[in-house]
Amino acid sequence: MNNPLLRGLTQSRYSRRDAMRVAGFSAAGLALAACGVSGQKPPAAAPSEAASAAADFWSTQKKNGKVVFANWPEYMPEDQAPLKQFQQATGISYEYSEVIQENAEFFGKSEPQLRAGQPLGYDIIVMTNGVHLGKMLQLGYLVALDHKQLPNFAANAGAKYKNPAYDANNTYTIPYQAGVTGIAYNTKYVDEDITSIASLFDKKYEGKVGMMADAQEVANFGMFATGVDPDKSTQADWEKAAAKLKEQRDQGIVRKYYAQDYIDAVAKGDIWLSQAWSGDVFQRQLAGEPVKFVVPQEGGTIWIDNMAIPKGAANPVDALMLMDFLYKPEVAAELTDYIQYVTPVNGVQQILAAKDDKDSKALAESPLIFPTEADYAKLRSYRTLTNAEEPIFNGLFQTITQG
Amino acid sequence: MRRWTPYWLALPAWLWLAIFLVVPIAAMASVSLTTGNLIDGFAQTFSVSNYSDAIAKYSTQFLRSLLYGGIATVIMLVLGYPVAYWIAFKAGHRKSMFLFLLLLPFFVSFVLRTISWGFLLADDGILFGTLKGWGLLPEGFHVLATTVAVIGGLVYNFLPFMILPIYVALERVNPTVIEAAYDLYASRFATFRRVVLPLSLPGVFAGVLMTFVPATADPINAQVLGGTGNTMIGNIVQTEYLVNSNYPTASAISFTLMAVLLIGIFIYARALGTENVLEAAAR
Repeated sequence: MNNPLLRGLTQSRYSRRDAMRVAGFSAAGLALAACGVSGQKPPAAAPSEAASAAADFWSTQKKNGKVVFANWPEYMPEDQAPLKQFQQATGISYEYSEVIQENAEFFGKSEPQLRAGQPLGYDIIVMTNGVHLGKMLQLGYLVALDHKQLPNFAANAGAKYKNPAYDANNTYTIPYQAGVTGIAYNTKYVDEDITSIASLFDKKYEGKVGMMADAQEVANFGMFATGVDPDKSTQADWEKAAAKLKEQRDQGIVRKYYAQDYIDAVAKGDIWLSQAWSGDVFQRQLAGEPVKFVVPQEGGTIWIDNMAIPKGAANPVDALMLMDFLYKPEVAAELTDYIQYVTPVNGVQQILAAKDDKDSKALAESPLIFPTEADYAKLRSYRTLTNAEEPIFNGLFQTITQG
Repeated sequence: MRRWTPYWLALPAWLWLAIFLVVPIAAMASVSLTTGNLIDGFAQTFSVSNYSDAIAKYSTQFLRSLLYGGIATVIMLVLGYPVAYWIAFKAGHRKSMFLFLLLLPFFVSFVLRTISWGFLLADDGILFGTLKGWGLLPEGFHVLATTVAVIGGLVYNFLPFMILPIYVALERVNPTVIEAAYDLYASRFATFRRVVLPLSLPGVFAGVLMTFVPATADPINAQVLGGTGNTMIGNIVQTEYLVNSNYPTASAISFTLMAVLLIGIFIYARALGTENVLEAAAR
């Protein structure tokens, strides 16, 4: 059935040699039947202890001349120019793969391997702040970063992207890109200016509204609609938001809860307006499609995709060097030029504004790429859920998206 | 020594099954009885309540999956039997070409085929956009994000698995038996009903088996083609396992589904008058 589950269950208990020894005998099945999946919660170490352990780790690591970068699709220029520059500048060869499609899926597949103490085969991974990155942190699956080796990050990271609530002092992660969840709409079908989240709940758009399948994304908008800041929400707020979202679904306003494919649906006119990520919309605008993006007046969410080094990574020093290289403003500008999400690096806007081609200039002027202070004031972060809260939260909102 | 040869030759397959089927199933059965969460670990508590909770919570999706799978299977049977019959008896020397055409879509990935349906059936796409332009369909008409799209997708994706076993069964019907029926003054219909159909039943049985089971458990069609209220049990397993890391519940649902399908198959085998399910499937 689920390969990761099977792999995890067979590998966590037996080394390969053990597995060879018992292979084929039903004894293996019986032995396995008696055990569960053991937890990996690391004993809570004092911060100073953790820091000295990290220092010990880094003091033994050396540059290996190779780095493996696991990222999301369309999150790097097609010619991989930033990576090539890195190779030229440092002599470190790279392997780049676009294996991460969804946080949940990536976590689900990696978790058994990490639990078994096996390397994933990647030196850098990229995950959004949220439940699954939180689990990676709680389970101790990430390597504490050596900030002495991240001078560009220290110098160039935007103040808003340092020391986030989900990872104090950027101990384990530094941002790769950020994005905003707001509303996208197709101006061919919607002839008013959308400004409010209430439009997503408007009977007028019955069957033409798209919402996201992700529990946190959909919940955040339910909370905005009921006047609650998700970051400060309580269980009572969730219940109210869930009731509002359920009503929206039961009235037939929502056509579908989308994973990734909402933007195609908006562009084709299957839906007229939808919850959306800023970068997706901007790419469509450059392609000349009649889509608009707006941060609703009630609020939108800002999320951050973070680079991290998974436990067991073979080339941690090389990984740190690449992570830091991406914090050079001119490199970051190239990334932004292609990816068109929000960059955590200072100075990119000026570089793009100074460029000759008009697409880059348009980027520099776009509030989708460089949100104004007024925009930032409307943006909220995901709520960090505790272990006890998570099943309650998921239970409330998944019954709506997967009813 | 020679008489052991068959056993040695069969050994790899048995080992394969033992390692990759028996062990994981045993492990999954074990996990389905544990309690806990990913962070603190799962402890074996033999709690059967995982099952009752999962069934209570997801009974809608269970029943919906069985219904969708059932409807899709019936449609596939109605569509597939004539095709199999036609290829077996009427296609002549082009038989192999038609069989190849039938299998051709499988050279494209399952997910991609389903997504291409999304393009074809878009509200203002090639098909409906044109028909709406001619005024043949009302503006609000859509197929995507409905039950019809999900069942249609299931039928489309699994149809060859219905046709092939029926074709194999029909292919093996001895033409002299049909001649004998005519010699005994049976009408064409009576020949079909009393000779051809009964002889093809093992194929029908295998076809239903090979389509109903995967169609019921399939998550892709519901995800790509469905809308609100089309979630199937396969989607729930995915969510519980990948998103929620709730391994016990995901395992319990899988086992429940397996049990329900097995029971259903045995009842169906009895109803079809097959003495022995395995024998019928093997024929």
